[in-house]
Amino acid sequence: MPEQPIAVAMSGGVDSSTVAAMLVREGRSVVGMTMQLWNQRRLPELAVEGATGRCCSLDDVYDARRVAEQIGIPYYVVNFEKQFEEHVVKPFVDEYLAGRTPIPCTLCNNYIKFDRFLEMADSVGAHYMATGHYARIRFDAASGRYQLLRAVDDSKDQTYFLFGLTQAQLARTLFPLGELNKPAVRDLAQSMELAVASKGDSQEICFVPNGDYAAFMDAYLKEKGVEVERTQGEIVTTSGRTLGRHEGVHHFTVGQRKGLGIAAAQPLYVIATDPATQRVVVGGSDDLLSSGFFAKDVNWISLAGIAPGESVPAQVRIRNRHTPARATLIGVDDAARVEVRFETPQRAVTPGQGAVFYDGDVVLGGGWIE
Amino acid sequence: MQGHPVLPYYPGSVCARIVKYNQVQHFYFDHNATTPVAPEVLETLVACLGQTYGNASSIHHFGQGAKQKLEAARRQVAALIHASPTEIVFTSGGTEANNLAILGTARAAQQARRHIITCAIEHPAVLAPAKQLGSEGVEVTCLRVPENGIVNSEDVRRAMRPDTVLVSIMHANNELGTIQPIAEIAQIAHQTGALLHVDGVQALGKIPVDVQALGADLYTISGHKIYAPKGVGALYARKGVRFAPVAYGGHHERDRRPGTENVPGIAAFGAAAELAARRMSEDSERLGMLRDRLESAVLDRIAGSGVNGSRWNRVPNTSNIYFDGIDGEAMVIALDLRGFAVSTGAACSSGALTPSHVLKAIGLSDDRARASMRFSLGRDNTMEQVDGLVEAITASVAHLRRISVHA
Repeated sequence: MPEQPIAVAMSGGVDSSTVAAMLVREGRSVVGMTMQLWNQRRLPELAVEGATGRCCSLDDVYDARRVAEQIGIPYYVVNFEKQFEEHVVKPFVDEYLAGRTPIPCTLCNNYIKFDRFLEMADSVGAHYMATGHYARIRFDAASGRYQLLRAVDDSKDQTYFLFGLTQAQLARTLFPLGELNKPAVRDLAQSMELAVASKGDSQEICFVPNGDYAAFMDAYLKEKGVEVERTQGEIVTTSGRTLGRHEGVHHFTVGQRKGLGIAAAQPLYVIATDPATQRVVVGGSDDLLSSGFFAKDVNWISLAGIAPGESVPAQVRIRNRHTPARATLIGVDDAARVEVRFETPQRAVTPGQGAVFYDGDVVLGGGWIE
Repeated sequence: MQGHPVLPYYPGSVCARIVKYNQVQHFYFDHNATTPVAPEVLETLVACLGQTYGNASSIHHFGQGAKQKLEAARRQVAALIHASPTEIVFTSGGTEANNLAILGTARAAQQARRHIITCAIEHPAVLAPAKQLGSEGVEVTCLRVPENGIVNSEDVRRAMRPDTVLVSIMHANNELGTIQPIAEIAQIAHQTGALLHVDGVQALGKIPVDVQALGADLYTISGHKIYAPKGVGALYARKGVRFAPVAYGGHHERDRRPGTENVPGIAAFGAAAELAARRMSEDSERLGMLRDRLESAVLDRIAGSGVNGSRWNRVPNTSNIYFDGIDGEAMVIALDLRGFAVSTGAACSSGALTPSHVLKAIGLSDDRARASMRFSLGRDNTMEQVDGLVEAITASVAHLRRISVHA
């Protein structure tokens, strides 16, 4: 067990609160910090009574501060709003407008939590950072690499959002909950009498109230003075037949079935969105199947990389909660890309989403679906 | 967590400090935020809290006892700023006094006077009520302030209009400590019959304040910046100055501010005012010397550092210094973990820091504003503490510059 001080990223929820308390109980020197990422009062039209998924709300900061006080650690709120907007919110909006379906949590992990926060930890003399993520980190002496492994509690596993972690980041990160089941975490929180022990789990995308990302985008674009109307267009079939019109491509995501506003004999699904023509292409369930894809900006974790033409068997997860599907990874000339070929075609391979490659529990690496 | 090899890490750096965080002794260098209650003041406060519980409006013995304390404090506070006791309106603090002055005078003014002037480095307790008036149809001119942090009185002259009802300029700036040319501005304001309000919260107790010599019509002061408790302040309103109340519900404070008086707090404010009058010249000289020692040591040792705003025309306890390439927020935390309380920017409701509007207003780049911190000294600071602070600043800046990849 390393002796250096640890900065704990405290959200005010049960998980990160428990992490901080566990580490204090183990006699570690801990400093708690909450990241202020987004000003919830900024887009007032989104203010919904009882909205869920409100990141950085004053209530959460209050809870985190209370736990820090309870366990006797120094605590600070650090302001990363500017970086969050630049690296997470803007790319999120841009990706949707470009017809892709982004995952802001991964961007936040890559650019904020395991980058700016780690730097802040460094600034205050903490070598390690710990979070309440459900995942495991292990140093593999044979390969000399840090490995990222799925959480023991598979239903809480968050490795899908952590594929961008570099070796340097993994070397300084602790995930104390990776070995625990969620009920055990709650028990721990209760046994330590943490003020947040019975608080509900957070859901959805943290800065988007009630998970209504289309409403968020509309409000954000309006604030930025962008004409939302320019994203309106036609809904067409795979054969090019026009079925109707839509209010903006960012209201649609690949695989979506509800909310098309079109009556049809068979269920219709969004197959693709084309920002160039503002078209939303729909089709039947079979049209969603694909046998493979290319991933870009690949980050390798347990593997150092794949040589061009080299094949590696893997299980590939193409969205959160997707059961990893058996596939072959094939190296291409560009080391930052990889080809993925499924054994059996998979439904709704969505450009912009992450693809994470596993060997059992071990994360080989991951990239972004092209 | 298993499997993490123990890595050698910055031997001798701040991490040794954080390990012992709970044993670190803490020193206070944030007196412009608030001050501790002075022992003499605490005595008055506790005695009054325990014994003087009457309502100052009551006619009986208990009420009269409270009324006596209230009026004695009014005389003490008035004396500190060379006012007459009847010109002192006690409030809950500086923010309320500023609101009362700005909203009150504008709302009491004749319909023909619909313009007010303030400046960009004012405290939010002035800027926000001015903005509120803006939304009520009053025109607001917010003057720019040059890099030295001192309002140009000629700019005030140029902004004056026949319909200007109020000019509101602070006496000393909270972040830079710079002193504004109030007497000159008063003359300019009065030429066209406008009133002058001065937010004197950061000047009181640090430099002599004579509201008559300054020519201020309204002057805001606060107890907790002069070693009295939080929750008590006052507005000086020159006899004859009309302003509308901003709250309704009683005849207290000569119909100018309703609500049962906070007698213990006000009595403590009075004691603190008397103490300030007695100690000011000695405190100023000593704190000025310590501040200059801090500044010259830091500027001498740390490349890429400098003082924001004028080094002259400043209150003696305040120093605002930039350290190029560092993140002020990280530095405040690092210094706190080393036991030194300083500040940067303004805290928002969550406690997170936002870049200072004052530093931006005087033309600092975002980077330099982020890299700046305020040190504000007070009565309890010693030379040893200042020397310790210099060491901590030097080590923190070196550490932060070494690790910063975003600088």
